[in-house]
Amino acid sequence: MTYNWNWSILINDPYLGWLVDGLLWTLAVSLAAWVIAFTLGSVLGILRTTPSPTLRTMAATYVEVFRNIPLLVHFFLWYFVFPELLPDAAGMWVKREMPLPAFTTAVVALGLYTASRVCEQVRAGIEAVGSGQRNAGRAMGFTEQQVYRYVLLPVAFRIIVPPMTSEFLTIFKNSSLALTIGVIELTAVTRRIEEYTFQGFEAFTAATVIYSLITFTVMGLMRLIERRSRVPGMISLGSG
Amino acid sequence: MGDFDVSVILDNLPFLLQGLQLSLVLTALAMTGGIVLGTLLALARLSELKPLAVAAGLYIDFFRSLPLILVIFWFYFLVPLVLGRPVGGFYSVLIAFTLFEAAYYAEIIRAGITSVGRGQVAAARALGMTYTQTMHHIVLPQAFRAMVPVLLTQGIILFQDTSLVYVVGLKDFLTSAELIATRDQRLVEMFLFAAALYLVLCFSASQGVRLLQRRLAK
Repeated sequence: MTYNWNWSILINDPYLGWLVDGLLWTLAVSLAAWVIAFTLGSVLGILRTTPSPTLRTMAATYVEVFRNIPLLVHFFLWYFVFPELLPDAAGMWVKREMPLPAFTTAVVALGLYTASRVCEQVRAGIEAVGSGQRNAGRAMGFTEQQVYRYVLLPVAFRIIVPPMTSEFLTIFKNSSLALTIGVIELTAVTRRIEEYTFQGFEAFTAATVIYSLITFTVMGLMRLIERRSRVPGMISLGSG
Repeated sequence: MGDFDVSVILDNLPFLLQGLQLSLVLTALAMTGGIVLGTLLALARLSELKPLAVAAGLYIDFFRSLPLILVIFWFYFLVPLVLGRPVGGFYSVLIAFTLFEAAYYAEIIRAGITSVGRGQVAAARALGMTYTQTMHHIVLPQAFRAMVPVLLTQGIILFQDTSLVYVVGLKDFLTSAELIATRDQRLVEMFLFAAALYLVLCFSASQGVRLLQRRLAK
């Protein structure tokens, strides 16, 4: 194996700037997508546990459709197919005038996809609280809405902190797929540095270290939150 | 979008099926390799030899913290460099998938092994079985029986993940569909077809796993 080491490439202009930009795009895509995933996923998770069969089926269908199509296909569908299915004017707007087309599409695709995974965690959390609490709430005269607001959700969201942490970490890893539609995030940047300089080893090492650091930072933070949010007497759900 | 053209799908069906074949072969090989390596990692992680357990733990946590695309790029770059000659994308990708999936399989298998009662191990040891015999005849058969549904579900995820070989231009099912889509300017048809095919395959497979799970639980 012959290879010319040159670690200084990572702190040289313009590559250091590229890496920083790449990291910022990775963070931007992941965090924006998480907002969609968490909000929509929570709503879907609640729908999965409501007494109404129609709502339950709707949410279940959403989960099956998103879970059984690869994330990369979702990216392509939103980027290439979705604008064609819109009425002409709207399709044109998406293709020509929408600000940051690749970024926006990546956020939407990743957010909607991750929502299906968050949904399953929220559902599992609500089910783990148990029907006894639900019935007790109803017996005390709470409406269905109040049961969710004051009994089920406060406990459910505390139980699911650990599995939600792994979903949150997964969204960072999955944000790398945004490179396929042209977002120059962290992984794309390192590939580009490799192509420009042939210093693949150094470039990929940089990305590897940064992703690992993100993981360990988030895990450390979440362990603190977990300790404070643990429900006494209830075993939290294992990460899934 | 009034002119949905089915013929572009039908005309290119042989090419697409060839791509699908590559996806399936890659899935099968990576799954086999991943389960074998994953079993070894799980045993190492549960080993009483501290350094071995720590090393296995590091391997698992390390790969689980990385995006698969980055791992694919790593090995696409590393394998020819280490071997000193080009070996083609397929082998680089196969190595990347095997090593990556092994980390995920290891965690599944570890959970399976720890779910086998401690009494079983103690009884086997009391009967005079060695560690290898205990694992081979007592623990692993029971562990795998309980794990089959989860291992298969991970296989379905792996099958979906093989679509990521697109980033190095390997002609799997999705890349084949994308090639035709851009060549014939038929993006809508090809990507909707790709989505539908993945949906049907993965949904049927997961329903199959669900049936199996119910049967095993009896």
